[in-house]
Parts: sequence; C-alpha cells; structure tokens
Amino acid sequence: MKLDCKHVWERISEYIDGSVDAQLREDIERHLEHCEICSAILDSTRNILILTADDRTFELPVGYSERLHERLAKEIESSGKDLKKE
Amino acid sequence: MRNKSTEETELIARIVAGEKELFHELIRPYERMVYLTVFSIVKNEADAEDGVQEAVISAYRHLGSFRAEAKFSTWLTTIAINEGRKRLRKAKDAAEDSIDEPTDGQEGDYTPAPLTDWREIPLEALERKELREALRRAVAGLPDIYRQVFTLRDLEELNIEETAEALGLNPGVVKVRLHRARILLQKQLVPFLKTAVPARRRFFGRAL
Ligand SMILES: [Zn+2]
Repeated sequence: MKLDCKHVWERISEYIDGSVDAQLREDIERHLEHCEICSAILDSTRNILILTADDRTFELPVGYSERLHERLAKEIESSGKDLKKE
Repeated sequence: MRNKSTEETELIARIVAGEKELFHELIRPYERMVYLTVFSIVKNEADAEDGVQEAVISAYRHLGSFRAEAKFSTWLTTIAINEGRKRLRKAKDAAEDSIDEPTDGQEGDYTPAPLTDWREIPLEALERKELREALRRAVAGLPDIYRQVFTLRDLEELNIEETAEALGLNPGVVKVRLHRARILLQKQLVPFLKTAVPARRRFFGRAL
C-alpha cells in the first residue's frame, strides 16, 4: 500500500514505539526513504523523546532525596507496630 | 530484570517481617519516578515534594498489602497518582474554578509541524540548556490528561500497559493520548529547533 504523509503522521507514535505490524512498518519505511518532510518529523519527535528521557532535562529539587529519607526515618522510628496487612 | 524483581520481592518480605530500615533501600531506585509522577499532576515543586513524602509513607504503611504478583513500581506509581490527585482536588476546591480539559474526542489539531531545512538535531544541540528549558515549558503546558500519560511513558519509561494500569485507563486511550502529547510537543519545539539548530545534514542513525 502506498501511504501518504498524513497516514504516516497518524502512526508516528506507534511507529516509534515499534508497535505497528510488519507490513505497516515496511510501508512507513518505504515512505520515509523518499519523503524528507516525514523523515524530519520522525527525527525531531524521536529527539524530543531522547531529550525527555535524559535525567538532566527534568531535574529533582536540590535536597529532595535527603528530605524524603529524613521524613521516612522519622516514620519508621515512630511505627512501632507491624505494617498493616489488609 | 528477573533478578532485580526477585531481589525486590525478597527485600519487601524482609521489611514486612520487621527489617523496616530496609524500606529506604527499596524506595531509592524510585525516588525520581515518584517525584515526576506527582509533579505531573500538581505542577508545583513544593506540592510535589510534600505529595511524594505522603505517598512514600503511605506505601510504607501499606507494604503488607502489596501482592508479589504485582510490580512494585506500578503499585507505587498508583499510590503517587492518587496522592497527587487528592492534592489537586483540594487545590481546585480551594480555588473554586474548574479548568476545561480536552477529552479524547477528535477536536484539536494533532498534526505535526513540518520542517524543511533540517533533518536531525545534532547531538551538541541536545546539550543546549535552552532546549531543555523549552521542553520543560512545553511539557508543563500540555493539557493534564496528555501530560500525565507522557510523563509515565516517556519520562519514567513505563510501557503502555503499565501506564494504563497506573492511571486506570485502557491501553488504547493511553496510545491516543501519548500520540497527541508527542505531536503537541513536536509542534511546539520545532520553531525553537529551527532557529536554534543550524541546518546540517548529518545522519546519526540512532535507535531510540
Ligand atoms: Zn511524507
């Protein structure tokens, strides 16, 4: 099947996740070979995801971990009885 | 993976049996995940941090009810989501306004922005602080239902099923929301990338 750009865009997220079937994957790849626009859209979307997953993009507040474990230590100390089983 | 989850199951059993101090170790690998989850809902650092503390303590108190068949990360994420939502409801009640949120209908334009003079962001460009800042702003600006799915799937890198389970959605809905979130981000960041990145034709062939 020959895909037009719009079809490629609609499936771009699933394509990135590798969840399109083999036939569609092949059709998309054939389209990408000659379509600069879709290739650029795919690359830019992928790069945004790489950047998103990079720990430096979304940083935790300074001292977050220390404060969390401090609070937790207090809780553990004060919880004399068994952990609930319900 | 198998080893990690076995270790984790043993750790949980020991904590429940009384070695409570080990809970610190259990939670450590998930600190980032829990924070990002709560933050994706409350959208405020201070609230997110308070929410995380409540969620983690709640997880500690209820660890005895955790079933080993479940995945600890998903269980913990669910607790974090509930805590975030509780806080959000309180804040909304206080403000007495409801924000119109998009639904999963067809309205809205979810077509990506075309780029003509650029193929791939050079690796150096990904190092730019401005680009990270632009991405943070764009994610913060996503409609809530899209941001939450995007956070779990693309920041925390849960899979579709885990994301669906944690949010109480079906996987089909998760896929639709994820697609829209990604496209909305692509559209918002493209103008930025065009000016920030010199046109250059290099192919890195990196797999995601
Ligand atoms: Zn195309």
